[in-house]
Amino acid sequence: MNRFTYARPADLAGALREIARDPGARFIAGGTNLVDLMKYDVERPTRLVDVTRLPGLDAIEETAAGGLRIGALVSNTAIAYDARIGRRYPLLASAVLAGASPQLRNAASTGGNLLQRTRCYYFYDAATPCNKREPGSGCPAIGGVNRIHAILGTSEHCIATHPSDMCVALAALEAVVQVAGPGGERAIPFAEFHRLPGDHPERDTTLCQDEIITAVELPPEGFAEHHTYLKLRDRLSYAFALVSVAAALELDGGRIARARIALGGVAHKPWRMPEAEAALAGQPAEAASFALAADRLLAGAQGHGHNDFKIDLARRAILRALSQAAAGTPQSQTDKRIR
Amino acid sequence: MLKEPHVGAPRSRVDGRAKVTGEAKYAAEFPAPGLAHGHVVSGAIARGRITGIDTTAACAVPGVLEVFTHENRPRTAWFDYKHRDEVAPPGSPFRPLYDETILYSGQPVALVVAEDSGTARHAASLVRVEYEAGAHETDLLRAREDAYVPPKRRSGISPPPKPRGDAVAALAEAPLRVEAEYRIATEHHNPMEMHATTVVWEGGGKLTVHDKIQGVLNSQGYICNVFGLSKEDVRVVSPFVGGAFGSGLRPQYQLFLAVMAALALKRSVRVVLTRDQMFTFSHRPETINQVALGAAADGMLRAIRHDAIGATSRFEDHQEVVVNWSGLLYHCDNVELGYKLAQLDIHTPADMRAPGAPLGVFALESAMDELADKAGIDPLELRLKNYAETDENEGKPYTSKELRAAYRLGAERFGWSRRSAAPRSMREGRELVGWGLASGVWEAQMQQTSARAVLTADGRLEVATATADIGTGTYTILAQIAADAFGLPMESVTVRIGDSSLPKSPIEGGSWTAASAGSAVQAACHAVRETLFRHARGAEGSPLGNADLDHVAFVDGRIVLAADPDRGIGLIEAMRAGGAERIEHEQTASPDKANQKRYSSYTHSAIFAEVRVDEELGVLRVTCIVTAVAAGKILNPKTARSQVIGGVVWGMGMALEEETLADHRLGRFMNHNLAEYHVPVNADVHDIDVIFVEEQDSRTSPIGVKGLGEIGIVGTAAAIANAIHHATGKRIRDLPITLDKLLERPPAERAR
Repeated sequence: MNRFTYARPADLAGALREIARDPGARFIAGGTNLVDLMKYDVERPTRLVDVTRLPGLDAIEETAAGGLRIGALVSNTAIAYDARIGRRYPLLASAVLAGASPQLRNAASTGGNLLQRTRCYYFYDAATPCNKREPGSGCPAIGGVNRIHAILGTSEHCIATHPSDMCVALAALEAVVQVAGPGGERAIPFAEFHRLPGDHPERDTTLCQDEIITAVELPPEGFAEHHTYLKLRDRLSYAFALVSVAAALELDGGRIARARIALGGVAHKPWRMPEAEAALAGQPAEAASFALAADRLLAGAQGHGHNDFKIDLARRAILRALSQAAAGTPQSQTDKRIR
Repeated sequence: MLKEPHVGAPRSRVDGRAKVTGEAKYAAEFPAPGLAHGHVVSGAIARGRITGIDTTAACAVPGVLEVFTHENRPRTAWFDYKHRDEVAPPGSPFRPLYDETILYSGQPVALVVAEDSGTARHAASLVRVEYEAGAHETDLLRAREDAYVPPKRRSGISPPPKPRGDAVAALAEAPLRVEAEYRIATEHHNPMEMHATTVVWEGGGKLTVHDKIQGVLNSQGYICNVFGLSKEDVRVVSPFVGGAFGSGLRPQYQLFLAVMAALALKRSVRVVLTRDQMFTFSHRPETINQVALGAAADGMLRAIRHDAIGATSRFEDHQEVVVNWSGLLYHCDNVELGYKLAQLDIHTPADMRAPGAPLGVFALESAMDELADKAGIDPLELRLKNYAETDENEGKPYTSKELRAAYRLGAERFGWSRRSAAPRSMREGRELVGWGLASGVWEAQMQQTSARAVLTADGRLEVATATADIGTGTYTILAQIAADAFGLPMESVTVRIGDSSLPKSPIEGGSWTAASAGSAVQAACHAVRETLFRHARGAEGSPLGNADLDHVAFVDGRIVLAADPDRGIGLIEAMRAGGAERIEHEQTASPDKANQKRYSSYTHSAIFAEVRVDEELGVLRVTCIVTAVAAGKILNPKTARSQVIGGVVWGMGMALEEETLADHRLGRFMNHNLAEYHVPVNADVHDIDVIFVEEQDSRTSPIGVKGLGEIGIVGTAAAIANAIHHATGKRIRDLPITLDKLLERPPAERAR
């Protein structure tokens, strides 16, 4: 861990000024990921800009469009137990509860959850090469220890996954990320917020260094009737997903009117494929349709040895999640029996 | 009339309050004036040499006192034997910062010492090390080709017994045969408390050392030998240890580094390892077992062969008892057991809870399950059929063995008789249900131990011995034993342990502490009682005048006639009568050599497991474990139960989760944090039912105790693996049984 300076600006403008002043500066809120990364010498910020006292970012509010606006400082716990979210966006609450532990969820912020970094072993170990940590140094996960790594959207430079559960639900719900920067505010559709590694695995998102997340907005449609968050992992709690599925359906009788499927644990970002979802429209809500969607979602999936099993697992998980969603029996995050 | 004794009653931990309030101090928590802080720089390659260390930037950080490397470290003892601790295996012990040679990845290569820990940590990140890498090997599956029988045996570890009968011929002729290979992954100890040492510079050449260690005398001896100090000048004080499980048996490198720095800087120094550095020394060795069982059609064993290969380092032959259990658990006339080591470029493995036993027993008890399957016999019946009445490895009777009762009581509690025999035949909802069982076994031992008891005229009793309490309940059981000796409430007893100035005790390990320290404390208390009794009898008008010690009882702070408890004399009154302000005795309790020669002593268990498997997704839940333990006298059913539950939960981790993953190209363990090295969490743990089987044992130790530290883990992984086979028809022989392995194999696959 390196030495750093610390600032606690009183307002958003102050925070943006602080971050613009020093390219080595980082925002810190809950610190549940950043502090770990600093201890491992993965992140070596010269200055920490504490945003926890910024006013106006810690509320969940109605939007004019009929959705909800979740401030960037709202804790993961507050999302999980918010009555409106529970009623209108239960998929989001479920995904949040599938992640981390109560202690971490109490500390972790909404904005920070979006920005948490991969759990790749090599990324965490400064004694090894890693293109994400040190561009150009190589990716030992390819051909190395990679059972937790990606099967979709990888590049020759990086096969890391995005670790968040919450983001998988936000992707399925087509949330919008509100950010502020020196040039003012802008909105980033969730699908465009996280990026694939390509030639720049060091960049996880499309957020600029001098920008800050102010809120995440949920559109009105919450798929409260037919949804599930199914997370498969190496123990029954407190482990990152090997594969997770956020499924949301709108049914019209026995047929699917609309479908959203996002996968976690398989790519550098929550994995969605609008064509696969579109193809489900009008189909009967049954196993054969779900299988077709799984085929499309996993087209081109590629294992790297230890994680070969994820392709089969993801397929099975998609089928089960869609059948849970269709039946209106979402996966419980407390009873660990899979429905 | 006589009160219920403390021994045998479920007493809460006497140190519980101190622990939950933070009053209990651990190695990294002791303050010292002018304390400097050391941070370790860990190496990056598995084998080779350091070609350069640039410490300029680190040294330039204000507050840095010194950066120690192999180039500038102070001199230490020259000879290897000076670096060997009490429990070192044969070989050449690892010497931190010794020279430029790299022996394993993660090896400490520098120690940065600064005025505060933040500065030390920051400066440590600025040390630049250059290496010349050599060819390394960390893959046991490749190194097994070069496995060898360790030329020198490790003290205290029995090599495999000589073959009996002709296992090869008997196996060839056996109508039923099971032959398979079973593997267990590398595991790291990961106690909650990180390894740490605080060395207090007392002046005048004297050191007080607070070390995370399971034996203060081991640390003291090591420091004195390595740094040429005298025992009068080095006191090691470690009253509390936040878990260790074997990682604290040997002095670890942070002790060496902290003492080295304190001596060089002539001031107090603390070194605390980080969680990732906890993966750079002790671990349970990856082990490969090959087991062959031959049996008659009725399941009677005709032949047992069991060969194991365990990983070790290039510099020490770490050995464990892996295969001997296979010659012990069942009656069989033809047995051949073998144990080899294979060297890897890793740190030397170390004892981890029940070293060796859960590895070998996993293999044997899985193979027995495979045999039951082949023979079409209930797995419990197969075990009872082949029950060993004596120790056939040694040709000795047991001091006691109530395993048969353990099988019966465990099976009753679990409801084993309702098991339907065929795999895949039990189901509830989507989940397949499986029931499996296994046996557990561990050595019951007592070691020579000394203790002191001091009774003072204020009615307080202090007992003391240099042993440790690593969370097992040693403080509590010693208080129970001491309180009972005088009929005192436990609150009147102070227990002091974990201090090298106290009477001698061996390291806290091997499940022998309760039997050993308990017997020593009892002996010391009994010596005090004799003196006290003389005073009591001599008191004017003493009602005990003509009684002898056998005819009195110590009740409620009084010595009374057993036959007439109303007549007696108070402890304090007796002491005053004798003019004694304090009565102090030190005693040494030793195992009975004649008994040790004549008898074998082991603890046993029968473990029953229920699993539920969502086969399609590979999701598994262990929904019930019943373990029936036969371990002689149970001093405290409450702490004993906790200890066994801890072992069972760890067995679940071994079965399903624990695995240190190595990148063999880098020669480095990669999942070195608790996010990616998985141990069970609450959601993984359902019902665990512990039964203590009545077992009388007067030969293992004077207090009837056989020990409980290890038995909980032994066999648990096998019971779970067997339950998984019963549920799914899949026989998985590689631990841990992770989700991908459950998905992998077609259900139709049978034993090889």
